[in-house]
Amino acid sequence: MRGRAFVFGDGIDTDALAPGIFMKLPIAELARHCLESVDSTFVQNVKPGDILVGGLNFGVGSSREQAAEALKELGIACVIARSFGNIFYRNALNFGLPVLVCPTWSGIQNGDVLDVDPRSGLIENLAQKTGFSAQPLPDFLLEMIDNGGLVPHLEKRFARERQNMTGKTEP
Amino acid sequence: MAMNLAEKILAKAAGRARVSPGEILTCCVDLAMIHDSGGPRRVGPILKRWDVGIFDPSRVVLISDHYVPAIDDETRRIADITRRFATEHKISNFHEAEGICHVVLPERGHLKPGMFAVGGDSHSPTGGAFGVYMFGIGATEMAGVLATGEIWVRVPQTIEISFDNAFGPGVVAKDVMLFLCGQLGMDGGRSEAVQFSGSAIRALSMQERMTLSNMTAELGGQVGLIEPDATTAAYIHAAGADAGPLDHWKSDADAVRAAHYTYDAAALAPHVAAPHSPANSAPIGDMDAVKIDVAYIGACTGAKLVDLRMAAEVLKGRKIASHVSLMVAPASRRDQDAAAREGTLQILVEAGAKLYPNACGICAGYGGTLDDDVTCLSSTARNFKGRMGAASSRVYLGSPYTVAASAVAGHIVDPRPMLAEGKRP
Repeated sequence: MRGRAFVFGDGIDTDALAPGIFMKLPIAELARHCLESVDSTFVQNVKPGDILVGGLNFGVGSSREQAAEALKELGIACVIARSFGNIFYRNALNFGLPVLVCPTWSGIQNGDVLDVDPRSGLIENLAQKTGFSAQPLPDFLLEMIDNGGLVPHLEKRFARERQNMTGKTEP
Repeated sequence: MAMNLAEKILAKAAGRARVSPGEILTCCVDLAMIHDSGGPRRVGPILKRWDVGIFDPSRVVLISDHYVPAIDDETRRIADITRRFATEHKISNFHEAEGICHVVLPERGHLKPGMFAVGGDSHSPTGGAFGVYMFGIGATEMAGVLATGEIWVRVPQTIEISFDNAFGPGVVAKDVMLFLCGQLGMDGGRSEAVQFSGSAIRALSMQERMTLSNMTAELGGQVGLIEPDATTAAYIHAAGADAGPLDHWKSDADAVRAAHYTYDAAALAPHVAAPHSPANSAPIGDMDAVKIDVAYIGACTGAKLVDLRMAAEVLKGRKIASHVSLMVAPASRRDQDAAAREGTLQILVEAGAKLYPNACGICAGYGGTLDDDVTCLSSTARNFKGRMGAASSRVYLGSPYTVAASAVAGHIVDPRPMLAEGKRP
């Protein structure tokens, strides 16, 4: 995947990604407030396919998965960070949003175009002609992302199981 | 092969004799806890889409605590969805407006050492105080757990944190966690298993241990385990359940730890975290006498019976400063009732505290929230920008002792002189 980078610092928390006071709102409206406490112009500037680049502990904080869902809603293609908050990391994968742990990235600027391969973990900064290696995701998580996240992934599994059950009961 | 407590619990949950850090396992869930915010209104539609029920309703505990009490049409609708979900899925463990999930769960005897549990809330590591491998997950993942009874886990390494000797007067679990967040950072736990140990930890009551495990979330650990002992068994017995055998549920002495931090409990001072991170903490002596508008004693972290007692110890015979609003939201109805019976609650009210419902309240930013430019000192776990209200509000974190003493002084103050004075005959 290829997209423009939006670069953030350390400790971007779930209250910044999905502010508590807007949690009652539907996701499309909640997403309009994503990261506004950190960068008030982010939502106006971001476009589908863009890539977020963060520092340490991206997504630290609450279990609210709207933090990941809001990024998906805005069309973010992928999040790269030095490390992730535990629950956010799982939530993002469950929404089919690739999250890549890359402790060593450097020099990425806002607007740089990145080429990212979640399968190999390779990150190429086309603007600055630099490259970094992220930890590749295990196959079963890549399969879940390819299926579009946990909901469609399990939907497939349940459908398969039902088919097998039906198959067994036939004479 | 020697194993840590985290590995022993995961091995049992995965039906394996032994497991090693780094392995990815599929584990069977002994208990799943969900609440009104991330629970039914989010998982219900997913279960419908899959056309499946709950794997075992007796292993599910549903607690309404976030949108409690309902204040408008939207929150009434959420309460209604939650109730209908409990009925439809035959969830008999449904506690509505009884208090905050992490406090109600053990209070009702749902947690036992060696269990593998997930909760739809980030402070789910609180269960670690009981030797339960419990961590928070999002609603979508919870839907998967409710449908299948399973979840994947990467076996974590274990980071041991020991406090030897004994804590001094006025120094409590909250101070320990603010100190650790400051020392190790909010990613100090590295998504691994944190295990608390040492003589000072063993001497703590269950509710104080819960504060430690609870804030493992802020320390960035997946779980915050404490080896169960006689204190654990006594609490569970009083909650009407049986802890079962405890011997197996400890880390083998020769099991490998990823790191082992050792501190002297006696050397620890009360700590305060400045805006906007629990890691932005310092000993109270290094903190300016910041004037406060609101003093908040609330949440699963800071308003259990033990926390209310701390506040009362300071506030007995004292009045809060006239410009301070002291808000107290006891963490559970049972804790509030116990505090009322023993006189703790009256001391708080006579000092000028205003009582709020037994719910997450302003900590989660869902209930009434802080206005523009308000400065608040809070016994809760998090002071992220804008979490408790306006982005311009400033939240400091401290122990219930520190919050109560500062409410009296009108600014952030070391609680120990007031405590010592209160103890004089």
